[in-house]
Amino acid sequence: MSVVVIGGGPAGMRAAEALVAAGLRPLLLDEAPRTGGQGYRKPHPALALDMPRLLGGQHGEHERLHAAFAAIAGRVDHRPGALVFAVEPGRLHVLREGRVEVAAYERLIVASGATDRVAPMPGWTLPGVFTLGGAQLALKDQGCLIGPRVAFAGSSPLLLLAAAQYRRMGGTVVGVFDETSLPRKIAAAPKLARSPGTLALGLSLSHELRRAGVPVRLGARLLRIDGERRVEALILRDRAGGEERIACDAVALGHGLKPETQLAELAGARFAFDATTRLWAPVFDADGRAAPGLYLAGDGAAIGGAQAAQASGALAALAALKDMGQAVDEARADELRRTVARLRAFQRGIAEAFAWPAARVGALPDDCMLCRCENVTAGDIRAAVASELIPAEVNRVKAITRCGMGRCQGRFCGPALQEIVAAASGRPVAEVGRLRGQAPVKPIPLSSAEGAP
Amino acid sequence: MNESPPLLRRVGARKGRALTIRFDGAPVEAFEGESLLAALLAHGTRLRRFEFAPADRAGFCLMGACQDCLVWLDDGSSLRACGALVREGMSLSSRPSGAAEGA
Repeated sequence: MSVVVIGGGPAGMRAAEALVAAGLRPLLLDEAPRTGGQGYRKPHPALALDMPRLLGGQHGEHERLHAAFAAIAGRVDHRPGALVFAVEPGRLHVLREGRVEVAAYERLIVASGATDRVAPMPGWTLPGVFTLGGAQLALKDQGCLIGPRVAFAGSSPLLLLAAAQYRRMGGTVVGVFDETSLPRKIAAAPKLARSPGTLALGLSLSHELRRAGVPVRLGARLLRIDGERRVEALILRDRAGGEERIACDAVALGHGLKPETQLAELAGARFAFDATTRLWAPVFDADGRAAPGLYLAGDGAAIGGAQAAQASGALAALAALKDMGQAVDEARADELRRTVARLRAFQRGIAEAFAWPAARVGALPDDCMLCRCENVTAGDIRAAVASELIPAEVNRVKAITRCGMGRCQGRFCGPALQEIVAAASGRPVAEVGRLRGQAPVKPIPLSSAEGAP
Repeated sequence: MNESPPLLRRVGARKGRALTIRFDGAPVEAFEGESLLAALLAHGTRLRRFEFAPADRAGFCLMGACQDCLVWLDDGSSLRACGALVREGMSLSSRPSGAAEGA
């Protein structure tokens, strides 16, 4: 039986480990050149980065994961640099070293990870604006600060973590500007109390920053990013209704994480609207089963963090083994299920305490560029909604405006597109539809695509 | 290219050897193990020209999802600068060959 794992992050690595333990030799396809995913990737050996200092408390977990994978390396068909860009029943289309290969599978574990969700604002395409995850990767993967003076803005617990990492590495943090107000955070506190350690870490980071004189603002009202050809300032609405200008060279912008679900969708997963995150999420059972022979794991299934990713990766592998008729350790599966459920429930509390700014996005100014790839503005979306005789739907608006049709395939404009269509048509966001995923899920060179579906 | 200071600032040690790549005809110093994005933005403020308006783009997500960091090789093919490593003698450009001068 051939089992293929897509994704070489914590979930995919632990899935491969569990399959190897059962005597299989899984194929692990990873787009990245080195394992670890975006969060736990080892930097290139030539860069000599001080990882314990950069990672702080995560460093031990990082080392254990890589040691466990190193121990099975010879028993996994590990192919780095392999982009899976299309899925047909039983067949994956893979771009690797400029050539297309087809990989057959009987069971597929998709551990495709997550990207930042970012609420647009005017100026978010200026050089010097990076996603929050991008700002962390610049530091942890490349040993670079995104600028000498950095503003951290959005709505995410990682704003504090990244700001503290930047400050420790010599950057000037001009402030942390969190869009969620304190009352909303307090309302989410009972769910966060399930993981007191994480809550305590957040408070200690906040304390560390404030003690260093870094402003940490809750309920910040983000207006725009100003600059001639690059970032010069972050502009906020002040209490008196005027504008406050925070001079800076770079802005790290993040509103939580969003699962990369395109491959799961092509492989047959169904989706349901999730009212907490206001996103469409793949549907799967407690073990990750999403369709016959299809298993989802890690942050690509549901946001849970690296520890949940590892547990859900192992769990998905056990589910696949069980479905293939192999005996599995049920006590271990139970333990993994409990870990995954607890950590994902905590992340739902996080999603409430660091809310997506739906109202602000729905009311973005007409001239704000929404689709970074195709130059489509919020006003273009509203005009398309107004031109329709039937209730607007996001795929229809995409067809009219090209919003979401560019190189990123709606990864970065999609959540905002939904909000603007909903606000402009006066309907709940759950009723305006969901951008459908399509192959190729990322751009591939035409020269390599001969024979592709 | 322009007199503005570069976007990125190197803070981690570099033990790999120094090498030189070319971007829009000018030499750029880089270090083995760096991504193209890190090397180009530790030197300047631009990766590519936006197709629809006079503006520069300089990457966004750094994880291969946004496609904002495309740069072009002399043979006309494009690369995501965030995911490609620097190699001695590489020659890159901020616009596809044959694209109109502007910005």
